[in-house]
Amino acid sequence: MIGLMSRDLRVRVIMAVCIAVIAKENYPLYIRSVPTQGELKFHYTVHTSLDVVEEKISGVGKALADQRELYLGLLYPTEDYKVYGYVTNSKVKFVIVVDSSNTSLRDNEIRSMFRKLHNSFTDVMCNPFYNPGDQIQSKAFDSIVAAMMVQAC
Amino acid sequence: MDQGAAAGTGGTFISLSEVEQKCYSGLYALCQPDGTGTPAAGKVAELFRASQLPADTLHQITEVCGAKRLGYFGCGQFYVALKLIAAAQAGLPVRLESVGGELPLSVFVGITHDPEMRYPAHPLTNESQPHIPGSAPRPPADRPVFRHPESITDKQEAWSPPRSPGISPPRSPSAYRSYPYSAQRNGTDALLAYDGKLLSRSSVSQENSSPSHYFVRLQPEPPPITRVLSVDYSEDPWRITEEQREYYTNQFKSLQPDLNALILGTTAKNFFTKSKLPIPELSHIWELSDVDKDGALTFSEFCIAFHLIVARKNSYVLPETLPPTLKPGYVDQGVTLSETTQPLIVLIDTVTPPASQPVRKQSIISPQDNITALSASPCELSSVDRQVTSRPGVNTCKQDTRDERRQSEFSPKRLPDASEKLIQRVSTLKPDSPQELDAIMKSRTRPRSYSSTSIDDAMKKAEEPPTPPPRPQKTHSRASSLDLNKLFQQSGQASKSGWLPPPPALPPRPPATQIFSFQHGSNKNTQKAVQQPNFADFSRFREKETSTPPQRPGMRGGLSTEDLAPPKTDPSAALLGHAPQKPVRRKLHPDSQSATPPSGTPSSAATLTKSTQRLPSKQKREIQMAIRKNRETNAVLTRLNSELQQQLKVVHRERVTLESQLDLLRPVTSA
Repeated sequence: MIGLMSRDLRVRVIMAVCIAVIAKENYPLYIRSVPTQGELKFHYTVHTSLDVVEEKISGVGKALADQRELYLGLLYPTEDYKVYGYVTNSKVKFVIVVDSSNTSLRDNEIRSMFRKLHNSFTDVMCNPFYNPGDQIQSKAFDSIVAAMMVQAC
Repeated sequence: MDQGAAAGTGGTFISLSEVEQKCYSGLYALCQPDGTGTPAAGKVAELFRASQLPADTLHQITEVCGAKRLGYFGCGQFYVALKLIAAAQAGLPVRLESVGGELPLSVFVGITHDPEMRYPAHPLTNESQPHIPGSAPRPPADRPVFRHPESITDKQEAWSPPRSPGISPPRSPSAYRSYPYSAQRNGTDALLAYDGKLLSRSSVSQENSSPSHYFVRLQPEPPPITRVLSVDYSEDPWRITEEQREYYTNQFKSLQPDLNALILGTTAKNFFTKSKLPIPELSHIWELSDVDKDGALTFSEFCIAFHLIVARKNSYVLPETLPPTLKPGYVDQGVTLSETTQPLIVLIDTVTPPASQPVRKQSIISPQDNITALSASPCELSSVDRQVTSRPGVNTCKQDTRDERRQSEFSPKRLPDASEKLIQRVSTLKPDSPQELDAIMKSRTRPRSYSSTSIDDAMKKAEEPPTPPPRPQKTHSRASSLDLNKLFQQSGQASKSGWLPPPPALPPRPPATQIFSFQHGSNKNTQKAVQQPNFADFSRFREKETSTPPQRPGMRGGLSTEDLAPPKTDPSAALLGHAPQKPVRRKLHPDSQSATPPSGTPSSAATLTKSTQRLPSKQKREIQMAIRKNRETNAVLTRLNSELQQQLKVVHRERVTLESQLDLLRPVTSA
């Protein structure tokens, strides 16, 4: 196990502490966090980050949606962790909370995480049994998210 | 053999009758091709599968006969197993005691019957006895029946899943029996009936005495229920059998007649919801079966989904990932699935009704977006398809508005071509979608009268300046004055700007433009108004014109250029509106020259009203005017031609004289 962990450290896999998908109306479609710390805290963090997201997407003032970047970048850092945001064209927001101690974070890695999330989310949307606005209960989506989360072992 | 059997069973004496001995030895020989003495596990598995018994029965048999203990089928175990199979087929519980009694021979489907006949019908039960002695030579022909040769271990593993959910909610055996298994075996039967049959399959393992026997030799024949379906299914629940595939095919056809086309998500959703599975499970099944993640099911995906639903109904735990045997590439049933062929067709057929929103802006934006961000998301492409379908409708609306702004050179014939092209493209395949978008891009080179995205604006702006607005009136002038400079200028203009035929752009033009042209050209209305009552005269007059000697054009040209200047300075008027005005005005000149008093001024108001009344027939008149214009331009061109020829002759003569003079002078200079 320790050997595995060390291997992980060497590989530098970016692990999120909390991943959330928020609908256009700002209610959560999916939120999953590492259970070690209080999940309520993460919920609160994600909720506050929504304000920043709104500010970023509305304050741009561009008339055309396609000119707005989907990846919002670092929304705001706290002393414990950093919050990254991503919004789709349909105003569905993805929020990733990453531990601040993970200093070797590269923007590309966060982007790739969001891209994976977005693809997985699209697949969920394509499922006719999924009604937009429902909670996301897809196992495939869960697996993708779980792969990104810090393993609490 | 009996001793062997006795040893294998731990003391239970099992006697084999002569017939049994013959048959079983044949089977035994079959199962050990290498003659090592132990039947090959695979062959044994095949044989057991051929017995058409439910998986857990076979499992039980394996256990009972001691092969599990030993890990292989010894001779004794083999024979005991065969006897137990016979017992099971006779409806007796799988226990050693049952083999003690007199039993009919165990019958194996694949071995005793044709490979195609997965469902031996009643007559087979009569034939089974004579078949059995001949079972030995039959087996080689039955190998193709077993499409998936498995090892015994796999079989046992496959059995375990059926075993674990073995305690399924027992369905009423009546439902099980009531399934009228006939030669049809699929298609018309409702999904529920199918489910009823399969659901009660699990109850067979417990009951083991239900009247669902295939080879009923001693018992009365119950309705031949497709236990084969369930048995084959239970061999490997993640494998689609032939009959299951047929059933799925028929169900697919009921939803979508074309086997190569897709079933839309909503259609599939409605269909699978009928199976009464909970939505999360259906959602999971969809996730598993929609391999290409396009929101629609191809035939193979549909089979997978259906199969998973059936499995779930039979209380199989759904796997997290698709089992390899269920993967679309695995099963090649000869149904050639071209997944990429025509997804658009299905999408468009069902999407065109809702895509009737003529939101032009979005329809233009979306393909742009998809061009730029073509991540090949199928949803995006399907939205493109929707937009594409709305485009033909939108384009037809665009035609009218486009005509307003388009220069007269742009033949409206090109518009119908573009829309036709689009419509044709719409019905093409998905790989052609970029081409569709290209066609749309091409069609967008025409100036639009509605606001669009920035890219379109840029394209428009790029297009508009280079488009020369060579009014036909410029070149159409009778400006073949005797002033050579002017003539050369004008001829140069004509050659440079390129004579564009006056557009017959009149038919698609909405009457609004006519009104617009009328209102705008109010200062010319006097002239124009005069023309209208004199249309009939003009035709006569034009004939006179064409016959006039070429010398006259000079004078007329002067007048016409002067008169044409004011209209040229009016750029904002609708060009097409100009078009009818110009020839009208040209006709006016001969009128004026022929000293027709421009008495139209007092009657301008009246003619205006008349013109408004004539709006409905405007288009017809426009066509006539266009024809007239063409004739006039022809006449003018011929005149021009003749004049130029004359000038050419003159110049040639001059050149000749100059050359002769030069020749005369040269010897003088050289000398």
